[in-house]
Amino acid sequence: MRRLRAFGAFWYDFVIGDDWRGAAVVAAAIAATAALVAAGVNAWWLLPVSALAALGWSLRRATAGKN
Amino acid sequence: MTELPLVLTVFVACAVEAVEALTIVLAAGLTREWRSTFQGMSVALVVLAAVIAIVGPALTLIPLQPLRLVVGALLAVFGLQWLRKAVLRASGYKELHDETGIYARQVAAAEAAGASRRGWVHDWYAFTLSFKGVLLEGLEVVFIALTFGASQHSIGWAAVGAVAAVVVVAAVGIAVRAPLARVPENGMKFAVGVMLTSFGVFWAAEGAGAAWPGNDAALLVIVPATLLAALGYVTLLRRARQGAAAAPVAVAVAPGGAGQRPVRPEGEGR
Repeated sequence: MRRLRAFGAFWYDFVIGDDWRGAAVVAAAIAATAALVAAGVNAWWLLPVSALAALGWSLRRATAGKN
Repeated sequence: MTELPLVLTVFVACAVEAVEALTIVLAAGLTREWRSTFQGMSVALVVLAAVIAIVGPALTLIPLQPLRLVVGALLAVFGLQWLRKAVLRASGYKELHDETGIYARQVAAAEAAGASRRGWVHDWYAFTLSFKGVLLEGLEVVFIALTFGASQHSIGWAAVGAVAAVVVVAAVGIAVRAPLARVPENGMKFAVGVMLTSFGVFWAAEGAGAAWPGNDAALLVIVPATLLAALGYVTLLRRARQGAAAAPVAVAVAPGGAGQRPVRPEGEGR
């Protein structure tokens, strides 16, 4: 069980890293894109805008209070 | 998309990882013992080859759209992580990646560690240091090469980029027998972060069913737009840092000798 947890922790750190919120925003944006496409809207713009906004949010959190 | 951007992206990404692995292998080999270092490196390479042999062919069996959805999502998340660190480094909020410093720390730790023999390994410390370094950096190489290659149905070309990077870095490392501190790693990491995020976003949106205007040519806009946004964040963070450093903080002595308190100028408080 301990090894399984360590294995999971390794892959979590490998892919997601320090801030899980970026991954959550990307996942939500992909789901929203798929939903909009299913509704007939070609939402190609949603994911790039969301990813760059997530980056900004993550950077803001990382630097808050460090000045 | 032609194979050139694919090969170049994989080459640069893998070169960065290979430089980091080389630093660890050199620290273990030059400080401890080459035989155990090579044993650790060889076992790690066998594990990586097994991962490639299992995952590589499996990826080619998955239909392209779901593959691009999953791989694109993983690359976008992975790329954002790279880009976040690169922006923090470029703006001064995170220490720059310094191979010389990392090498010095690895050497100090290797010199301080005691010797122990386990089975056919003479120096267990050198073995594990080399094994972990090559395996962890190698996994990133494998991840990038397989995801890029599979999404383009060009695992062969991705492998060319990855192998070329490892061969070039290994050859230079053998020639100079020192960590490759002159490689512009921080700039390369920034570029790789931009490319991973851009391609990840492109493939994930396609996998979710969206159609990009201009199809593959959309990458000619996505990559520069991502780069500009990242550079914009660097500029904003640098300004915030410089502004905070330059903000005058006067020190006033309270009447009656009650002590000192910092006084911020008008409008500076939050």
